[in-house]
This record gives sequence, C-alpha cells and structure tokens, in this order.
Amino acid sequence: MALDVARLKAEFPLLEREINGNPIVYLDSASTSQKPFAVLDAMDHAYRHHYANVHRGVYEIAELATAEFEKARRKVATFIGASDWRELVFVRNATEAINLVAYTWARANLGAGDAIVLTHMEHHANVVPWQMLANERGVELRWIPMTPEFTLDLSDLDTLLDGAKLLCVSAMSNVLGTINPVRELVAAAHAHGALALIDACQYIPHIATNVAEWDADFVAFSAHKLCGPSGIGALWARLELLEAMPPFLGGGEMIRDVRLDYFTTNDVPWKFEAGTPAIVEAIGFGAAIDYLESIGMAEIRDHEIKLTEYALDALDNEFGDRLKIYGPADIAIRGGAISFLFDGIHAHDVTQVLDQDGVCVRAGHHCAKPLMRQLGVPATSRASFYMYNDEHDVDCLVKALIRAEQFFAL
Amino acid sequence: MAGLEDLYREIILDHYRSPRNRGELVVPPAHKTEGFNPLCGDEVSVYLDIDEATQTVRDIKISGQGCSISQASTSMMSDAVKGQSVAEARRLIRAFKALMSIHESKLEGEGDGADLAADLDGVRLGDLEALQGVVKFPVRIKCATLAWNTLQQGLDEINT
Repeated sequence: MALDVARLKAEFPLLEREINGNPIVYLDSASTSQKPFAVLDAMDHAYRHHYANVHRGVYEIAELATAEFEKARRKVATFIGASDWRELVFVRNATEAINLVAYTWARANLGAGDAIVLTHMEHHANVVPWQMLANERGVELRWIPMTPEFTLDLSDLDTLLDGAKLLCVSAMSNVLGTINPVRELVAAAHAHGALALIDACQYIPHIATNVAEWDADFVAFSAHKLCGPSGIGALWARLELLEAMPPFLGGGEMIRDVRLDYFTTNDVPWKFEAGTPAIVEAIGFGAAIDYLESIGMAEIRDHEIKLTEYALDALDNEFGDRLKIYGPADIAIRGGAISFLFDGIHAHDVTQVLDQDGVCVRAGHHCAKPLMRQLGVPATSRASFYMYNDEHDVDCLVKALIRAEQFFAL
Repeated sequence: MAGLEDLYREIILDHYRSPRNRGELVVPPAHKTEGFNPLCGDEVSVYLDIDEATQTVRDIKISGQGCSISQASTSMMSDAVKGQSVAEARRLIRAFKALMSIHESKLEGEGDGADLAADLDGVRLGDLEALQGVVKFPVRIKCATLAWNTLQQGLDEINT
C-alpha cells in the first residue's frame, strides 16, 4: 500500500517550519533524519516520569528507567533480526561501533602481516579506524575498487581476500546510494577465513535488515538516521565474538568486580558499555523502531524506490547531460541518496542557492574523500529521501536547481 | 534575511569565471603550499616566488578546485599581493581576516570588533571588500579564508 506522505509529514514537527519564507524541503536524511512526535514524546515522557540511572538504583523510577532502557535494546535487536538481545551493544553512533571493533577485536587478533579488505566507497568511519590500526600494527589494507557503473568491482575479490582476516564494507554507499551485495561478500570473506564487518548506517533505516541472513560478524549503525535521537547507535556482533573480545572503555557498568590489582568484566553487552549510557536516547531509539515498524519497512523501501525513480527521471528530463549523477542507474541496486554535479558549478554554490528556496541538500565530500578522489571531484551535492518526502519535494528541488543553473550561467 | 546578491557580488562572479594568476611555478625556486578545507574538500595550491633581496612577491600562481567564493577570494588575493612587499602581503592577510571576523564576532554578539578594526586601519582592500557579504553566511567564511591561510602558511614556511 502506498504511504500517506501528507499524514507522515504532519508527524514531524520540524517539517512545518519555513526557511527564507519558503516551506522547508528537507532532502538530507542520509546525513540525519528528522524526528517524529512518537520519538520526541517518548523521550520527553522518560525525562518527566521515570528518569533515573540504569542498572543501579533499587527505587521505583530507577527500575522503570532500567526496564525501558533494556526494552529498547530488545526492540533494536529484534528489528535487525538478531537472535539474542545480548548481541546488541549500545554505542554513541556507527563510528564508535566500528572503532569498538578496531580497538578490541582487531587489536587482540591482528598484527603485522595480517590484512584487512576495504572498499573505495567507504565512509571515513570505516576507513580511518583501520588506517590507525594499520599505522600502529603494520596491518595491510587492501581495497576493492569501483566499476564505472558505481558498483564494487568484485573481479579480484578472491585475490584480495586471500589471507585477509577482516572484510569491512558498507551495505549502502552514503554518496552513491549503491547497495552492495552483502550476503555474497560475507560468504566470500568467510570462505577465506575472514570475518565481515558491515557498515549498515545507510541501509538499516531504509531496508528491512536481517543480520542472521547476512551471516555477518559485526554490524554498525546509528539511531539518528532512522528517526531516532543523535548520540546513540549500535554494534551488533555474534555472541561468541563479543564474549571473547577484550573490553573497550573502562569504568563503571562494564565490570563485575574491581580490586586494587585487577578487575573482571561484566557480561555482554554491558562489558562494552562503560559509564552512564545514553539512557533517554536509547528509549528514543526504541520508539523510533516502533515508529518504523508501524509504517512498515517494506512500504518505506517501496516508497523510496518510486520517489528515487521519479527524481532520477525528473533530473534527467530537465538537465540531461548538464547534470551528472554519481550513482547506479539501476534502481534495484540503489537507495534514495542521489549525488549530482552541474558541469562547471561547484556543489557549495548550488546548495547555497537551493537554501534560498528552503531546499536542504548536503554539499561536500560526504566524509568519503577517497571515493571523491576516485570520482575526480572535490565535492558533490546530494539529495536524499526518507518516508516523509514526496514528489512535490522533488519538484521543488528541480525548480531550485533551474534557478541555480541560471544564476551561475557563464 | 541575507540574499544571494549579498554573497555573490558581480565582482566575485567575475573573478570566479576568469580567475587571475592561475597556473603553477617551477618548484624550486618557487615555493608551493597546499591548503585544504576539510569541511567541503576544497584544495588550493599557492606557488610563491619571493625576491629574497627586496622581500617582495615577484610572482604568485594558484591551482586547485573550489567553490565560487573560495576561487574568487583566491584570485583576488593573488592580484592583491603580486608585486607587493612581503610585509604588505602580511598586512593584507591580517586585514582580510579582520574583515571576516569583525563581522563574525558582531553576528555572534561578542563585542563590537574594535580590537580587530585596528588591523583594517589604513589598509586598502579594494575589490576584496566585495567578499564582506560572506560573513552573513558563516559556513562560507572558511571558503573565503582558505587561500589567505594558505598564503600565510607559505610565507611562514619561506621565512623559517
């Protein structure tokens, strides 16, 4: 069933505001998503009615807060198809999730002579932690290149994976929108005895996900891209991996016992959650999951496919070859992030003109500078969609782009 | 509300469309400095040929990519310092940064910028004043100052 976008829009208070006298057209959900009343109210309610620290107090509101916090963990775990809620570690964001793996599992298991396979389309969050490890330990980094069609070039995959210990790949590119074949990549990694880490930050908000079907080992994602609050994300990892991994940050909560000369660690997942966690953010995360499920992930994906197709057609009809799209043309293997560039007009300038019309798109390197270098451009503009966008938003984008092209015409 | 015309003055668009002093110089004797705007990925290379005896900027060339604001600011900067003494170039850097930050601090309500006004005193910025509109768009100030920071870094490197 088609989404009632007008009704959905009304559930996001920010989408009612104006920018420069124009109704806002928010097309930057790949960067971060807006928040529905359901999430805002759940967080407000938590602060007002049962806010206390978790896993500590024995008084009523502390027990309520703990119950809500742990309920949120179960919701998120179930949402991504985890078989056990203990496999879901709350972290600050996907970046921290990846760093957690780099600092614990990788530093315990990798050393000089070992190799990690990455791809040319990774976000800095899935590049720099591995470069830091490589610098420190002499680990070799290998790169899966990209085809001219903006997909991963898997022709040398077996050679690249030969002797590798870890494959790190994004499920969906934040720049190109490309959906990568995660199952196939994980299977290839496993065939070579390597583990697989999936950066699912762009994927999980938009497409129903099952980590068990992926057969992945580590999955990282953030709440703020799926209508949840900023400041919280999750690392999912197989239970036996988490149990064998050394702890990450040290402090309260992550311990079982502390003596002057040693400490023992708590059970997973709390072993990786030192200090007071983002309590209300976790509750908001859970509320966001409820919200997505109330709409339906299949419906969201279906809506975004249609909207992305509409946008690609509209941009092509209006601008043709003058506007280059950086991303796959095949809708089946792409999400709703569309990177583009006018010939001869810098992304920043285009985006500035769009802002005058209330159209919010991202301009820049999208935290993927290695990819931008491959594309041979310093920056692109990127419009990205979510369930609250409709064809009218796309029409506003096209209209604003016409104005931008005229303004900068040579 | 600040309009597009405040940001994109005609003289800026002119420098953007016909950038001055584009190119490279042979290194050495020239000195090359690279500047990056980590926010947007813009990159600029400033080639400086300094006459040691007279301490003047004998020649300057610019290469790199960037938005209209950073390109125009770079182009204007190269025009402004070419043939000038190193001391004058440094005065221009201070004045230009003051032009940017006086307004920045006013926008943020932190003082009236009087301390910075001294840096502007007696310096003729000419065309560069067209870039004043940038301060109404705080995110873009870094675009405008990229070339100037790179020039300053280059002069410092040559000096040491």
